[in-house]
Amino acid sequence: MLSLTLERDSHEGLFPIRIDLKTDAQIIALSGPSGAGKTSILKMIAGLLTPDRGHLSVAGTVLFDSEKRISLPAWQRRIGFVFQDNRLFPHLSVKNNLAYGRFMNGLGRDPFHEAHVITMLDIEKLLARDIGELSGGEQQRVAIGRALLTKPQLLLLDEPMSSLDANRKREIQPYLLRLAAEGVPMIYVSHNADEIAELAGFVVSVEHGIART
Amino acid sequence: MMDWLSLSPQEWEAVAISIKVAFWGTLASLPIGIALAFLLSRKQFPGRALLDALVHLPLVLPPVVTGYILLIVMGRKGLVGQFLADHFGIVFSFRWTGAALAAAIMGLPLMVRAIRLSFDAIHRRHEEAATTLGASPIMVFLTISLPLAWPGIMAGAILCFAKALGEFGATITFVSAIPGETETISAAIYAALQTPGGETNVMRLALVSIAISFVALLAAQAMTRKNRSRQGGL
Repeated sequence: MLSLTLERDSHEGLFPIRIDLKTDAQIIALSGPSGAGKTSILKMIAGLLTPDRGHLSVAGTVLFDSEKRISLPAWQRRIGFVFQDNRLFPHLSVKNNLAYGRFMNGLGRDPFHEAHVITMLDIEKLLARDIGELSGGEQQRVAIGRALLTKPQLLLLDEPMSSLDANRKREIQPYLLRLAAEGVPMIYVSHNADEIAELAGFVVSVEHGIART
Repeated sequence: MMDWLSLSPQEWEAVAISIKVAFWGTLASLPIGIALAFLLSRKQFPGRALLDALVHLPLVLPPVVTGYILLIVMGRKGLVGQFLADHFGIVFSFRWTGAALAAAIMGLPLMVRAIRLSFDAIHRRHEEAATTLGASPIMVFLTISLPLAWPGIMAGAILCFAKALGEFGATITFVSAIPGETETISAAIYAALQTPGGETNVMRLALVSIAISFVALLAAQAMTRKNRSRQGGL
C-alpha cells in the first residue's frame, strides 16, 4: 500500500506541486506533458526535494510526515530511482556502479538475484568496462540494474526506457511486471501511452504540478 | 665544469630543507584545503564571505605581514604557540616545522581555489544518485565528490607545493634562515646574493630551483592526464 499526500509551495519560480494518492496498485504511471512536474513529484517521494506539507508511507512505514516532523533522509528511504539521464558514476566501472548500492546498504551478496538482473538486462559483457565506453542504451540498462540491485522497497522510474530500442523494451517490460508482482511497487514516468497501457495498473495525470487520479 | 655544477653540502641541505618544507606543508594543508573548498563550494552559512576572505588573505597581504602574524600567534611566546609548546611540546619558531607552517598558509589560498573550482564543476546529479542508493552524506563525499574532484585536488596540491618551494618573505620573518634548519633554497639564494663573489652559487641554486619546479609541474600534468583518461572523458 502506497499512501501519499505531498504539497510543495512555489519555490524559486517553480509552480506549486501537489499529489494525493492512496493505492494498492503495484505499478503507478505518472503521465503528462514535459515540465508538468512529474520529476519533481518523484524527487519529493525519494527525499531529494522537501515537501512543505503532507505525509508519505510505503507499506505502512512512514517516510515523511510534516505534522509529526518526520522526514527520513533520502539515503535511508530504500527507494530506488532510475533517472532519465542515468547518472552513472563516471569514475567507477560498470561492475562497481552495480555494486555501489549493495555496499552502501550493507547488503550481503545475493548471487542469484545479481545473475538474474544482469542476465535480464544483458549487461554481463559490459561489467569490466568504463562508463564512458557505453552507448546511451547500455548506460540506461546499467542504471536500471544499479537501482534494482539495492533491493528497493519502492522503485521510481523516470522515463527509463526512453533511450532503449523496441526489442530491449519488450524484454524489460515483463521483468518490471514480474518485479511488481513479487511485491516491489513502482512509480513510472512516461510519455508513451502504449508503455503506460501495458504496464500501469493506475494512471495519474500531472499538469502544472497538480496530479489527478 | 663539474665543479661549477656541484653543490656544496650546505647548498644540498638548503635544497633538502626546501623539498621537506614544501612536501610537509602541502600534505598538512591538504585536508584543511579540501574541507574549506567543499564548505565554500557547497554550504551556505553565516560568515561564509568572511571565511572566504580569510582564506584568501595571505594571497594579498605582504608575505612579511603574514610572517609577522605567525610570529605573534604561533611563536614561542605567541597566543597559540605557547599553548602548543607547553602542552604538546610542539614548537614552530626557528624550526623547519615553522617553515612548513608558513609555506602551508601561503599556499592554502591557491590550493583552496583550485579544489573549489573542481567541486563547483561536479554535477550534483551524481551525488543525488548516490544518495538514492543508500549513501550517507559522508559516504557521498568520500566515494563520489572526492574522487570526481581528484584532478582539481592534485592541481591544488601541486600549486601549493610550487608556492611553498618559492616561499621567502613569511618564512624568513617567522623562522629566520638558520642553515641546516630553516634555510630554504630561496633564503640560500638571497644569502649568496649578499656575499661578494656569490654569483656562481646563486646561479647553481637557481638552476636547481628551476629543475625542481619543472619536474613538479610535469608530474602534475601527467597525473591530470591519467585521471582524465580513467574517467572516460565524462
